[in-house]
Amino acid sequence: MALLRCALRSGKDAVGAILRREFHKTSAASLQMTVRDALNQAMDEELERDELVFLLGEEVAQYDGAYKVSRGLWKKYGDKRIVDTPITEMGFAGIAVGAAMAGLRPICEFMTFNFSMQAIDQVINSAAKTYYMSAGLQPVPVVFRGPNGASAGVAAQHSQCFAAWYGHCPGLKVISPWNSEDAKGLLKSAIRDDNPVVFLENELMYGVPFEMSEEAQSKDFTIPIGKAKVERPGDHITVVSHSRYVGHCLEAAAILAKEGIECEVINLRTIRPMDVETIETSVMKTNHLVTVEGGWPQFGVGAEICAMIMEGPAFNYLDAPAVRVTGVDIPMPYAKILEDNSVPQIKDIIFSVKKTLNV
Amino acid sequence: MRKMLTIISNVLRASTKKNGAQAVSEGARVVVSSRSYADFTPQASFDIKGCDLHRLEEGPAQQAVLTREEGLQYYRTLQMMRRMELKADQLYKQKIIRGFCHLYDGQEACAVGIEAGINPTDHLITAYRAHGYTLTRGGTVREIMAELTGRRGGIAKGKGGSMHMYTKNFYGGNGIVGAQVPLGAGVALACKYQGRNELCVTLYGDGAANQGQIFETYNMASLWKLPCIFICENNKYGMGTSVERAAASTDYYKRGDFIPGLRVDGMDVLCVREATKFAADHCRAGKGPILMELQTYRYHGHSMSDPGVSYRTREEIQEVRSKSDPISMLKERMLSNNMTNVEELKEIDVEVRKEIEDAAQFATTDPEPPLEELCNHLFSNDQPLEVRGTHPWTKLKSVS
Repeated sequence: MALLRCALRSGKDAVGAILRREFHKTSAASLQMTVRDALNQAMDEELERDELVFLLGEEVAQYDGAYKVSRGLWKKYGDKRIVDTPITEMGFAGIAVGAAMAGLRPICEFMTFNFSMQAIDQVINSAAKTYYMSAGLQPVPVVFRGPNGASAGVAAQHSQCFAAWYGHCPGLKVISPWNSEDAKGLLKSAIRDDNPVVFLENELMYGVPFEMSEEAQSKDFTIPIGKAKVERPGDHITVVSHSRYVGHCLEAAAILAKEGIECEVINLRTIRPMDVETIETSVMKTNHLVTVEGGWPQFGVGAEICAMIMEGPAFNYLDAPAVRVTGVDIPMPYAKILEDNSVPQIKDIIFSVKKTLNV
Repeated sequence: MRKMLTIISNVLRASTKKNGAQAVSEGARVVVSSRSYADFTPQASFDIKGCDLHRLEEGPAQQAVLTREEGLQYYRTLQMMRRMELKADQLYKQKIIRGFCHLYDGQEACAVGIEAGINPTDHLITAYRAHGYTLTRGGTVREIMAELTGRRGGIAKGKGGSMHMYTKNFYGGNGIVGAQVPLGAGVALACKYQGRNELCVTLYGDGAANQGQIFETYNMASLWKLPCIFICENNKYGMGTSVERAAASTDYYKRGDFIPGLRVDGMDVLCVREATKFAADHCRAGKGPILMELQTYRYHGHSMSDPGVSYRTREEIQEVRSKSDPISMLKERMLSNNMTNVEELKEIDVEVRKEIEDAAQFATTDPEPPLEELCNHLFSNDQPLEVRGTHPWTKLKSVS
């Protein structure tokens, strides 16, 4: 019954949606591609399309990228377009911003967003605020990209999620893709966008393969920034997430479906500007909301979603308080057992959904 | 085993005091020399490489005196450090150590030489290639290895991992490139402020040497005459990038500009020691900071995720191993000056190996930290507080 409803509602997306229930399954017209390769392809295509696009960062050229995301690009495009920098984030982020101001379209890679803290002044004060401060005279078409959030066993200084920090600032666009299509389509949009974009990838997702539809394989495939995606429709509860945890939510939803609980899983895709309308439409249908993220709870993405829902039309449709599932409010520990218990697990999502539904 | 050897050698010493005959204990796996320890040279003077100088009239002496005792102690520590890192390599490949693991083998002479040139009451801070310094600054192999494997017996109770180990007067273990340098100057400020005759050794690599915060630190340390020895461990590569591709000037000992500097052979523990003593004297005399560049080499790649051969040749690595290995260098010096013999050194090797095996055994069998510890150590000297778990229904406890 749910399948039929879904097919009628979402039209041409129906097939994709059903396939994605057992997600990662290959279909005839599509191929499997890892997130890493999708990002690589996006950059390759944009470098080819526009001479003004170039990539700079640590180990991006001769080493093929610290996480091999820029593999093969230096060989193809050479020193001018793919630039290895010294380990000096504040300096090269500033250089990227300056280059963008003078007409180039730099992609500035941070080996992880933890290191962006060394350069955050350039991202916020020099990039994000400039178009406003100049009253529209000076655009800054720069993309800052790199892995964000927890990895595995890399401890406190290398595991922080910066979605909330960057999402806080007007003038910045902040993107957090989940799968390969997200990665490719959104990175291409980010590079084509005339504004500073912070592109938060996830190291643990780099090696994960997903099916890429025929449409996604095209050189002009872009996904609009600022639009969330309903990955899985459902009637009972809205579950909103971004990046790696979208996968966790889908797995939780599959388990809950066996008990007759149908979750509507929303992949935010963009943190800022956030697609509140999609969330509101969903909550007005399901009457329940759980947000899921890897970052810390205080002043986080989930906190913002809850606040926006309360201030908008969807509040009156809530049958229970909205709930956030987040990382534990501590620096990331190293020991495996502690680390595993510092981030949301599928059982935490299931528990929170059931508690919210009072079942 | 050791007790037996001592008894045997005592007996033999008594009976063969003057004639130096060899006696081989039948069936024993270790050859016991009957040579009296009194026959070994108690100390010798060695010519060491001179240092390139920057804004200094004179440098450290080009001779170093090494006593037998010192030599054996350095040898033991160098060997312990080497074996510990190799054991970590093994455990990492077995996935018992996870995350980042930056190994120090090849660079041992730096850590050992520096420690030999300063006092235990002095302070030291370095970046993430820190296992060797954790050892020289008082950590035991057991607690270092258990930290690498993330167990409760680890030096940071399993919460820090490879890059975040601390001991008294050792401020880690720091993951963010260059950030430890202002920290080190801050430690030096505290020493001067409190009138203690202590200094801080602040280490960073050739990759970090281009960081802006380091130049900011040079400026303030110099202005305020902080007792800080800046040390650049130049191992020729910042991750996968050779020094020529990262630095407009690779004369790292001159990069302090107004700060006097010296460039030292970092593969020779005696060179490092003498240079450190020289630098320490400079600081303690109230002359302000000084900069040392140690030319050294790492055998492993940047970390265990880096094979280390895409940006340098295996021949280069082999050449350093065969011509400049710090342990071999010390060994040859001591042997050719009759300060020890092969058997004695082998004895030390056996002891070191055993200690490493014991430590690895502990590190792999000690239990992981208890979940009750998850939220502890958020604040110092503070009330217990409640910490939010992954959802609102989990309330966790945190104590100082």
